[in-house]
Parts: sequence; C-alpha cells; structure tokens
Amino acid sequence: MEPNIRKDTQPAFSMRGITKIFGAVVANEAVDFEVLPGEIHALLGENGSGKSTLMNVLSGIYRPDEGQIEVNGEIKDFRSPGDAIDSGIGMIHQHFKLAEAMTATDNIVAGMKKPPKNSIKKDDVLRANILRYASRSPSKTHPKINEFSSRFGIEFDPSIPASQLSVSQKQSVEIIKVLLRGANILILDEPTAVLTPQEAKKLFTVLRKMASQGCAIVFISHKLNEIMTLCDRVTVLRKGKSIETCNVSDIDAYDLVEKMVGRKINLSINKPDPDPKKQVCLEVKGLTYSDSKAVPKLDNLSFTTHYGEILGVAGLAGGGQKELCESIAGIIRPQQGEIMVDEERITGLSPRDITQKGVAMCFIPEDRLGMGLVASMGIDENILLKEYALTKGPLIRMKDVETKAEKIIKELDIKTPGLKHPVRMLSGGNIQKVILGREIHLNPKLMIAAYAVRGLDIHSSYTIYNLLNEQKQKNVSVLYIGEDLDVLIDLCDRIMVLCQGKNMGIVDSSATTKEEIGQMMSGTTLEELRRGVSYV
Amino acid sequence: MIGDFFSATGSLLSIVFSASFIASAIAFSVVMLFGTVGELITERAGHLNLGVEGMMLLGASMGYFAAVRSSSLFLAILFACVGAGFGALLYAILTVTLRVNQNVAGLALSIFGAGLANSLGSKVSNTSTPDNIAKIFKLKPFSLSSPSGPFLTFINKAFLSHNIYVYVAVLVAVVATVFLFKTRAGLELRLTGENTAAADASGIKVTRIKYFYIILGGMLCGIGGLYLPLVQQGSWTSNMTAGQGWLVVALVIFVRWHPIKAIAGAYVFGSLTILGFSVQLNERLSSIPIFNQYIMSMFPYLLTVVVLIAFSFRKKAWPGPKEIGRPYFREER
Ligand SMILES: Nc1ncnc2c1ncn2[C@@H]1O[C@H](COP(=O)(O)OP(=O)(O)OP(=O)(O)O)[C@@H](O)[C@H]1O
Ligand SMILES: [Mg+2]
Repeated sequence: MEPNIRKDTQPAFSMRGITKIFGAVVANEAVDFEVLPGEIHALLGENGSGKSTLMNVLSGIYRPDEGQIEVNGEIKDFRSPGDAIDSGIGMIHQHFKLAEAMTATDNIVAGMKKPPKNSIKKDDVLRANILRYASRSPSKTHPKINEFSSRFGIEFDPSIPASQLSVSQKQSVEIIKVLLRGANILILDEPTAVLTPQEAKKLFTVLRKMASQGCAIVFISHKLNEIMTLCDRVTVLRKGKSIETCNVSDIDAYDLVEKMVGRKINLSINKPDPDPKKQVCLEVKGLTYSDSKAVPKLDNLSFTTHYGEILGVAGLAGGGQKELCESIAGIIRPQQGEIMVDEERITGLSPRDITQKGVAMCFIPEDRLGMGLVASMGIDENILLKEYALTKGPLIRMKDVETKAEKIIKELDIKTPGLKHPVRMLSGGNIQKVILGREIHLNPKLMIAAYAVRGLDIHSSYTIYNLLNEQKQKNVSVLYIGEDLDVLIDLCDRIMVLCQGKNMGIVDSSATTKEEIGQMMSGTTLEELRRGVSYV
Repeated sequence: MIGDFFSATGSLLSIVFSASFIASAIAFSVVMLFGTVGELITERAGHLNLGVEGMMLLGASMGYFAAVRSSSLFLAILFACVGAGFGALLYAILTVTLRVNQNVAGLALSIFGAGLANSLGSKVSNTSTPDNIAKIFKLKPFSLSSPSGPFLTFINKAFLSHNIYVYVAVLVAVVATVFLFKTRAGLELRLTGENTAAADASGIKVTRIKYFYIILGGMLCGIGGLYLPLVQQGSWTSNMTAGQGWLVVALVIFVRWHPIKAIAGAYVFGSLTILGFSVQLNERLSSIPIFNQYIMSMFPYLLTVVVLIAFSFRKKAWPGPKEIGRPYFREER
C-alpha cells in the first residue's frame, strides 16, 4: 500500500531543536521532528528516551528550554495546553486525564470553546448544539455525542461516570474529547499498551480513517509489528536525541531495534529445559470466585505448577487472570477452592504471610498506575517496602537495600539519575522495571508475573524474558500471564488457557499453535479440540 | 424518672418547634450560610481554605468600619468584599502560585485575619450601626400584615419576618447551585477540583479559575461576617464570629459540597448553636446536667463527627473534590 502522503506538502507541524531538561535529566536534546498531514507517523524509542516529553512539549504541557515549534508553517509559542488545542493539536496521554467521578459527557464538554457564531460548517453546528445543552440538560447531548463518535466507528455510553468505563472506552472518550475540539494533529501516547488485540485493531481502523481525512497522527508504541502495519514513517529517539526518520517500507524491525538501542542486540528467547523432576510448587484446586456483583470470575479452576518451569496463562481480557493472581496473593478471598504451596494451604492467609511463604507477584494493571509503589520515594525505599517484612530485628539496614537497588538498576537497565530519585519522575516503562526487579529479588519460590511487559520497550521486554528464564533455572516456579501468544509459546513450557474463569486445558508449548490457543481462548476445551481433530 | 425524661423531651420539642425559635435559628444561620457557600466554591476548585474565620472577621471589620464612617450600605458591602477578598487573595497566592501547604496557609490566614480585623474593629467598637443602614434591616419585606389563622401566623413569624439579608443568603445558595450544576462555567470549576491536570489539558485556564473562585468564596465569607456587626448585633466586638468560621469548614463536608443543601445544613447548625441559649432560659431543662451550656455548644461538632462516620460507611459516596490539598504544577508528575 502506498502511503497517502505527498512529499511536497507543508508539514502539519515541525519541531526543531527541542531541548527539555528536568533537573539532572536531559529528557530531550535538540530533537527535530515533523509530521505531514494525512500521515501516521510512529515515534519509537526505549523507555525513558523522551517520547512522552517531546509530545508533551508539542501539546503545551511542558515549555521547552530551547527550540521552536511550527504548526502549518506558523511559528507558535504555546503557553498552555489551551494554546495547543487552539492550533488543532490533541493528545491522548499515556495515563488518561479524566475525572473519574464525572460522566463521559462532562469530561468531554468541559473547556470546549464555542465555535464561531453563524458558522454553517456541519461540525460547528454539531459542536454548538452539544455545547448549548451540555450543562443544562446533558441527556440532550448524549445522542449528539453518539452521532459524532459513530462517525469514527467509536462507541461508548456518554452518560455514565468515567470510573465505570473500561480502559478502551476511556480511551475512546479521550479521542472524542480532542476530536470535538477540532484537532487535526492527533498524538497517541502508547494507545495500544492497554488494549486487547481486537480493540487495537478497531483503533487502527479509526486512525486510518482519520488520516485519510487529512489528520496528522503521531503514534507511539513499543510494538514493532503495529508500527510496521499501521504507520507510514517512523522517527527513532535514543537517549533524548532524534536519531533518524525513515519510511516504514524501507526498513525492517531488526534495523529499527538497532537504531533504538544503538547496537545490535539479540532478540530471541533461548529457552532452557524445564526441571525434569516436575516437583509440584503451586496447587490450585476447584477455585471459584464471584465478584461483589455476583459475576462469576473463576469457575472451578484447578491446575498445578512445577519448580523449574514457566507455566503460561493465556486468555481474553477479563477471563479471570486478574482474579486468579489476586487469589493466590491473598488479596481477594475465593468462595470455594484451595490453594497450596509446597502442600501447605495458603488460602485465607494475609498477603504478607503469603509473601513470607515465598510467593512474589508482579502485576501490571491496565492503567499501569498504582502498581504498589510509593511514587514520592526513591527506588531504594520502594524496595525496602517489601523487604522489611523478611528481615529480622527492628532495625533497617539501608546499606543492603542500597546495594540491592543498585544491582536492580544495573540489571534491568533502569534509567534514573540515582537510586534516591523519586520513582514518580521516571518514565512509565522504567517505573515498571522497578516493580519487577523488586519482586525478583525477594528470591521467591513462586513468581507470578502478570502483564510484566506491558508498556516496556522491546529491549527491556527481552531482558525480562531472560530474567524469568534465569528464575526458572534457579528452580523457581514461574506463572506468566501474558497477552502476546508468540511470546507465550516462545517463553513458556506449558500454557494454560482460561476462558471465563474456566480452565480450557493445558497444552505443551512445543506441541501447540497460536490457532489452537486462539480457539481455546474463545471457549473450546482442549478435549473437544482433540476429539474434533480425531474425527477428521 | 421516666416521666421526667418525657417531660424534658416535651419541653425540648416545644422549644425547637416554636416559631420564635425557628425564626432566630434562621437569623442565626445567615453567617454560616454565606460562609458555607463561599467555602464550598473554594473547595470545588480543589482548595481547602481553613481561613474562613479570618476572612469573616476581615469582612466584618472592614465592612463595618466603612459603614460607620460613610453610612453607606453599598460601601459597607464593597469593603467587606475587599477585606475578605484580600485575605483570600493572599491564600491564593500562597497555595496556587507558591504551592504552599493549604492547611498551613489557611491557618495562617485565620490568625492573621483575626488580628488585623480586631485592630481595625477596635477603632469603631464604641459606635453602633448608622441609623439609615439599621433602618433598612428593620424592614421585613415579605412579612404578612395581618396573617389569618394559626398556621399563617406561624409561617409568618417563623419564615417571613426576616430582613432582606436573610433572603439574599438563601438566594445566593440557590444561584450557586444553578451555577455549579447547570452552567458550563460551573462544570469547568468542578472539573478543576476533580482533576486539575485533566482540566488543564482540556484547555481550561486552571490558574485563573482557582484564583477567581478562591477570591469569590472569600468575599462571600466576608459578606457573611459583615452580618454580625452590621445587623445581628449592631456593634463591633472583637472575635465576634466566635468559631462560626470553623463550623463552616465542617458544614461543607456535612452538606456534601452542595450549596442547596447548605441552606438546611446551616439551619441545623444554627439551631444547634442557639439551642444552648434557649435551653438555659427554660427552668425545667437548665437543671438537667446534659443541657449544660458547654455540652450544648459541643453539639454541632458532635453532629459533624457522627455524619462523617456515617458517610465513611457508604463506600460509594463521593468523597468530595479529589484535588483538595494537592498543589498543581503542570510540569510535575
Ligand atoms: N515531569 C518530569 N519531571 C522530572 N523528570 C521527568 C519528567 N518527565 C519526564 N522526565 C524524565 O525524562 C525522561 C524521559 O521521560 P519520558 O516520559 O519522555 O520517556 P518515554 O520515552 O515516554 O518513556 P516510556 O516509553 O517509558 O513512556 C525520563 O528519564 C524521565 O524520568
Ligand atoms: Mg512515555
């Protein structure tokens, strides 16, 4: 497919020589970046390379220390996000900016400017209508907002509070919010990190439609295959500097990774053999759980994990993965069933006691915030949070913790000016590495890693896979909950497929295919599948 | 023993439901109603201003000073606004621009405001409200001239025989409600208090909004305070708000940040505050130990504690504007 962009057109915006410094951190250094109208342009770089910072500069949230922004050929000096909106720039942030207690409509409408009076443009009339009733009688605006969103194939209920929307619906609200403000430059900061593959596909259709209408789109993602299929051009950032811009059709994934990291790296998982002794670590028997609204989440779930093995868990979003993790970690109490570690019952114990029994969990929630870190503390103190329960005596040995923190920073290549730097200031991906590192260093018997690579760059993702494999070689039993089926097959020894809280069967990863897992994810049990095969 | 209990309860009820008690409770709630609406608007912008007491006193002293020196009601109200608005402006500079801790700034304003107000007030402490102004508030614009029947007489005495200040207070609460929930500006204010970063990113001028509503809220507190020397008492006494500014802070929570509920809330608090006096005048009740003046003055606070506990059981209840207490800086994360 030829990209529908013309090289001779004026860029929708161009940023030149942008430098942004936060205290000791140079987040952007003389970055050049421009995007043409009608183009989907990927911004690629490792965690902490300054992608979000650059886009926050463009959308008026950060004031650059140096550099110049032009929109449609005009030099701009954005003093506030409002100025950027007035120039047609709209950003969907990595962490959504919505008031949870307010309805989708309120979130969308608040701060919208009146369109010029007597304008007969279709959009302006619609906007004026939405604004007229927005606060007086919201029920009249809901159909208008639906009308507007359906134009892009987007659907959500505008009348319910944002807190009750799913993550992908929240994203839809954000998109409609900026589109209704007349944005024709759209920035999406890791929009797919929180979406299921199906939701991502839908988003891509929306984005293509908008690009075909002349929108300039900046798309930030760590998933190379998405960039390869969706985008026209890609700009690579490394350590805050812009390295190169090229057509996606002229480059392959390996070159991109090399440009991102600055050297050739090996992107393969070498899978060590599982421990042949098959000694049972975790045993789950008949686990059943319904949430407070009596919606069944886990349905008579049974399985075992072995020491020195990685058991993968596949399933559609909301298939009970979260509840499974939380039951094991003692955060929720299942109504029925037993969980044993080393033949010892842990059901009913407190999360802290369970940690002491050697269970460590790293769960990256969809919104990736509130992940069990104290934002204003440094890496060292955050490690201490878990560590202190396992040390003896009333005193804390800060030296040990600091050594450990330094080790984790080095091993996971966490980008931070120092171990006392508040984790809140780190980039999204780096915050995540802190959690993972902390859990691994508890030396657990059972390591639960749920969505551990959500939002991580490719290099870091592979670092994590290798770390999990190292754990396996140390005879730890690993439970890996993931979304990417290719990775599940490459990384895990066995894969359990969940569908609506039921165990559809456990397959050997060396003897299965993505298709087989896909069918099980949508509700066919392994038994039925095998029977079906034998009938043919 | 049991008979005593019933007769005591009976006397209490007959006090509480008498037209004169209701009328004085209403009159007594004016200060708190203005204050509550003012503080509520401030909190809706995400700022807890503990300086209500100080702002009330500033408004009262400045306004009363202007009234005495100029005999002009307009100037009295204007200066009440200027005085309290000035206090609120200081608070806004500290908390919005300099991002000082809101509690500290509010407490400082309370102490500073009271000090300044008392020294200014002492200059007019021996004068009473000028006659031409006092006359305006002697009028009872809605009072019926000859109510027929006991019901109308009761209504007339309890609700219709008030001066214009009282009705303006109620009107302010109604207008604030409509503004907050039915206008776009109100929506922008609420979004700012719920999630300042979201409001900022939506193109709302959050700094301007915060300054505006903090100062407006302060002015309402000042107008409330002015009622005390100008109308209720007719002269100045130092520290005359006597803790009502603190009750207001509790009232805002009590009414769940809803101005219309503030009307009822201020009434309840107002009546609890004067119940002590009324009970004292009643021989039967004043002999019972729990109707001791000091215990009675505790009731509004006790009620606040009870209400807060009750709300904490309702897990789904909205806990108030999320941004309260959090300084906002756009480039921070
Ligand atoms: N507001 C801020 N205050 C302090 N430091 C910041 C701030 N914003 C960004 N940084 C620092 O700037 C660097 C770049 O961060 P940025 O969020 O732009 O990275 P990113 O490329 O978006 O990474 P990720 O893929 O993890 O989201 C990081 O080292 C981060 O710690
Ligand atoms: Mg980012």
